[in-house]
Amino acid sequence: MSSPANVSEVDRGSKSTLKILIADDNHSDRLILQTIVKRQNHTVVTAVDGVEAVEKFTEERPDIVLLDALMPRKDGFEAARDIKRLAGEDLIPIIFLTSLSDAESLAKCLEAGGDDFLSKPYNQIILQAKIKAFDRMRKMHSTLQLQRDQIAENNKHLLREQQVAKTVFDNVAHLGCLGAVNIQHLLSPLSVFNGDVLLACQKPSGDMHVLLGDFTGHGLPAAIGAMPLAEIFYGMTTKGYSLANILAEINQKLKAILPVGFFCCACMVELRFEQKEIEIWIGGLPECFLLRGDTLEKIKSNHLPLGILKAESFDTSTYRYEMNDGDRFYMWSDGIIESTSPEGELYGEKRLETMVEQHIRSKELFDTIKQEVISFAGESGPTDDLTMVEVTMIPEQDLGVVSNPQTIATLHGPKQWEFSYRLIDDSLANFDPIPLLLQIVVEVPGLRSFTGQIFTIISELYSNALDHGVLGLDSKLKSGSDGFGKYYRMREERLRKLENDYISIRIMHTGYGEGGRLTFRIEDSGAGFDFSSRMETMAQNNAAVLPANAGTFSGRGISLLSSLCSRIAFEGRGNIAEVDFEWEI
Amino acid sequence: MSITTNRSGDGSELVISIKGRFDFSSHQEFRDAYENTEGPFSSYQIDMAETTYLDSSALGMLLLLRDYAGGDNAKIKIMNCNNDVRKILTISNFEQLFNIQ
Repeated sequence: MSSPANVSEVDRGSKSTLKILIADDNHSDRLILQTIVKRQNHTVVTAVDGVEAVEKFTEERPDIVLLDALMPRKDGFEAARDIKRLAGEDLIPIIFLTSLSDAESLAKCLEAGGDDFLSKPYNQIILQAKIKAFDRMRKMHSTLQLQRDQIAENNKHLLREQQVAKTVFDNVAHLGCLGAVNIQHLLSPLSVFNGDVLLACQKPSGDMHVLLGDFTGHGLPAAIGAMPLAEIFYGMTTKGYSLANILAEINQKLKAILPVGFFCCACMVELRFEQKEIEIWIGGLPECFLLRGDTLEKIKSNHLPLGILKAESFDTSTYRYEMNDGDRFYMWSDGIIESTSPEGELYGEKRLETMVEQHIRSKELFDTIKQEVISFAGESGPTDDLTMVEVTMIPEQDLGVVSNPQTIATLHGPKQWEFSYRLIDDSLANFDPIPLLLQIVVEVPGLRSFTGQIFTIISELYSNALDHGVLGLDSKLKSGSDGFGKYYRMREERLRKLENDYISIRIMHTGYGEGGRLTFRIEDSGAGFDFSSRMETMAQNNAAVLPANAGTFSGRGISLLSSLCSRIAFEGRGNIAEVDFEWEI
Repeated sequence: MSITTNRSGDGSELVISIKGRFDFSSHQEFRDAYENTEGPFSSYQIDMAETTYLDSSALGMLLLLRDYAGGDNAKIKIMNCNNDVRKILTISNFEQLFNIQ
């Protein structure tokens, strides 16, 4: 506390000489009291009636008031009320001087705001003791006032700091696509100080990453980890990195910067609009709900939270599910199930599950849950760490244009170049080269605005080469009733058994005017496929307008490629694909 | 909330018993329980028979103990959890780090 008013407050609280106002209409009584009080080294101010007492009080601001009960013009009771009012928050002890001795009169003294009474004739020792006692009380009161003001000031300061921190956090994290049409969310404005974060962002392919995180603890320690988390999430998602890569990076970063005992419970999903799939990683958060048609599936946390394990033990394995348009996925922090009723009862998973099952077809399910949890918490209101999000699978074209943060290259890259990149065996299983390749390509001045298309071309070519070429998986496998799971199990198995396998990627760029041509040539060690019949079909059907799921082309993503590329060619035994992408600003 | 410590029979193990809510308010007491004894011991046992509730800062405290007791080499058994406590440990997959019985 530095304001002058409060400094004088401290001085007044600690000095041993007090200023005492004595109000008595009786001259000799006044004189006796004055003598006693002065002998105790206090300063005395006197008044002859109630009116003067109030005036003197205002002028002199005494520390203690000795007030005769019965006085002309204004009696002690009224004067006491005035003085207490004028004193405001300060404690000015008033001791009534009275020759009255009946209980009723004495009680009246206290009711009027008096703190004590002293009967005439005065006993010097008792008077001295009372002045001392009230001085102690007065000091205690001013200490309390001082501390209260200090706490209020500190709190104001803390809130100001939080506002600044929040602004910085918003600048780091606001760029996401939480406003997309397929997302509904609930997040308190200052949630970052409860340790809750909610982030959403589209990959260059249009697929969507959503992450809900809940850091240990509250306040700044909880908020501080949210910054690097958001940076990594947005930075890597916009560059096209996979769920697993991003989580591994976040985990490693949090492990490095957070003290032991601090961590982040999280759930992250990738929603693939083209493939109608969801990939889910969950560590330490309550069960998430996947609603497909009339079925509710609970997705249990199967990992430790982020920031606990060292990089080498961190597990990025995920759940994958098919999702039809309209199917929904819910995730939440523990604030939902730990919402507490006025009677102290927890909302709990059972209640949540029953409620969701009852309204499983309702379009308003999200709001229903929100209302129910808030009304369960009753009058005391819900705690402010209710965080939840609903993500819906929708047709890709319904998503519209979602704005994503674009990192703008400050340096101008080259226009004419060619490079090749070859991945062998283990590297095929463990490494995703697409973000790296994409970064090189979009360094070409002007090409960055085509990031989405280029990402799609590289990922289609690469996943064809890997899944269907090297691993020899037939995408028809996915269509069976349990085919989806089977496909990914086989994929995992085969990835572990690679030997003398490779994928070679060669990318060339030729620039002309305000545009250029990118050529991608990709070769794999697989058995290839009979492309001659398919090429004919494509020629007949005008490839550029083929729907993405056109029968014979499904599985090799050729229709998608042909909608983006000016030329598609296969060579060798069908294990080499070459495509051209022409662009112009 | 109260925390008591005992040594097991041969003195090589420290048993820490936690009564009531195990949350942020127990931070100092829990730390004192393992730091102010003549440790580190070769193994630790956390007795949660009378623990009614765990919050995420309690999980953090368990991680601190694990770090103190040797990190990946720590031998820590968590015993007698009630269903609520067990659930919280399971959601966080703490069985990967602790021997939960």
